[in-house]
Amino acid sequence: MTWQPSAPIPHLTARAKLNRLIRDFFARRDVMEVETPLLCSSTATDPHLQSWTAEADGRTYYLQTSPEFCMKRLLAAGCGPIYQIGKAFRREEHSRWHNPEFTMLEWYRPDWQLNELMAEVEALVLNAASAFGQNWSPFPRLTYQQAFEDCLGLNPHQASAATLLQLANHRINGDFSGLDRDGLLDLLTSHLVEPALPKSGVFLTEFPASKASLAQTGSAADGTPVALRTELYLGGLEIANGYQELVDAAEQSLRFKADIQTRQTLQLAPVPYPSHLVSALQHGFPESAGVALGLDRLLMVLLNCEQIQDILGFPIDRA
Amino acid sequence: MANYSTNEFRLGLKVMLDGDPCSIVENEVVKPGKGQAFNRVKLRNLKTGKTWERTFKSGDSVEGADIMDVDLQYLYNDGEFWHFMDQQTFEQQAADANAVGDAAKWLKEEDVCIVTLWNGAPLAVTAPNFVELEIIETDPGLKGDTANGGSKPATLTTGAVVRVPLFVNQGDVIKVDTRTGEYVSRA
Repeated sequence: MTWQPSAPIPHLTARAKLNRLIRDFFARRDVMEVETPLLCSSTATDPHLQSWTAEADGRTYYLQTSPEFCMKRLLAAGCGPIYQIGKAFRREEHSRWHNPEFTMLEWYRPDWQLNELMAEVEALVLNAASAFGQNWSPFPRLTYQQAFEDCLGLNPHQASAATLLQLANHRINGDFSGLDRDGLLDLLTSHLVEPALPKSGVFLTEFPASKASLAQTGSAADGTPVALRTELYLGGLEIANGYQELVDAAEQSLRFKADIQTRQTLQLAPVPYPSHLVSALQHGFPESAGVALGLDRLLMVLLNCEQIQDILGFPIDRA
Repeated sequence: MANYSTNEFRLGLKVMLDGDPCSIVENEVVKPGKGQAFNRVKLRNLKTGKTWERTFKSGDSVEGADIMDVDLQYLYNDGEFWHFMDQQTFEQQAADANAVGDAAKWLKEEDVCIVTLWNGAPLAVTAPNFVELEIIETDPGLKGDTANGGSKPATLTTGAVVRVPLFVNQGDVIKVDTRTGEYVSRA
């Protein structure tokens, strides 16, 4: 009977409670709740993210894959620390762990470093866990390199594409010759490294510089260039992705142009150059740390659910 | 045959893998928030019955397999081939021992089976879930033994051997569940 919600009502009650907890958490910390548009003139350029489009009056609008661009424009305008609970949309993402429309909690801390923000993410998640009767411990920090060395015995920053391909062919069935170095790292991460991460939660840090996306790059203790980026994993699921935000307008512009070029090469749907965001960065953008957290997944972990349908009233096939 | 892209993968889809026809039995999408997506797929090789695990890069495509399940009536076995007939068109198909496999021991003339055709030729035969077959050999039973729940082997006309209750006799026709090979009742 597909008119009915797929999640039991108590799971919807749990979501309402989680939203309330989050709003209380940020109210206590003087972080302002904001709303930004879901329909925008530009969208994420990342070749791995596909946006839904809506046409009206001869113009194309993009349903946002995250509220990042507009929230950063608010930061550039001097709004101070902000958060948002809102919907995000990504095409072709539909699985036990994905729904093309999902709920994201995103927040930004001007003048903060990434490690300060990680501590705040941890506080928020542990706070929610205890409200749901779960007794979780703080999450260890593990570098991307350490995770690879522990699981596969190789250094992900130094290993050549040929070495990665050889390992992938040895450990995973499939034809991976068409993947570039980054794709091979993603393959090994998703198939071998992630399943070996502690289920009780861990912050993965210091991603390869090539995976910086909208994060700054910096150096690891040994001088290796790394992305100042972190991911929180809980129960083996990717829950949150945080950045030391890129503030350099020129660098951001180059990355957008490179993405747009890659999309063209891969014959992916073209997306416009996000000029508003680049203008905002040019105007002057505070040194900030920001994070996006998947609320549906956090709820799945809090309620011990195996699939996203269990916590969504109406997943895409019932919507 | 059409090609299928990973976003068209679904359970039961028939595709070619390493030259063999396969059916998708599990399809899990692994998609990092930032990064390359993959489909981790389990496929049953329809020739061997073995299950394969395979990872595809999202956007990869594979060739579809021309697989069709049809209801055919079993006619006879000529010693090498098992012959089946479509009851509407009267068209006949001959399946070899590889295709018939374990179903052979349940095939009774005139029963309707599911025959899986690959490129129009029989690839596999699935016996009806329940068949009624006569017992040609079993030890004489003793009346009154039913309370003990005892059983004994019985050989059927097709050569299959099933465990039957003690009260069942040679010459009886019994109903068997072919999926488990277990006695259900006297027919």
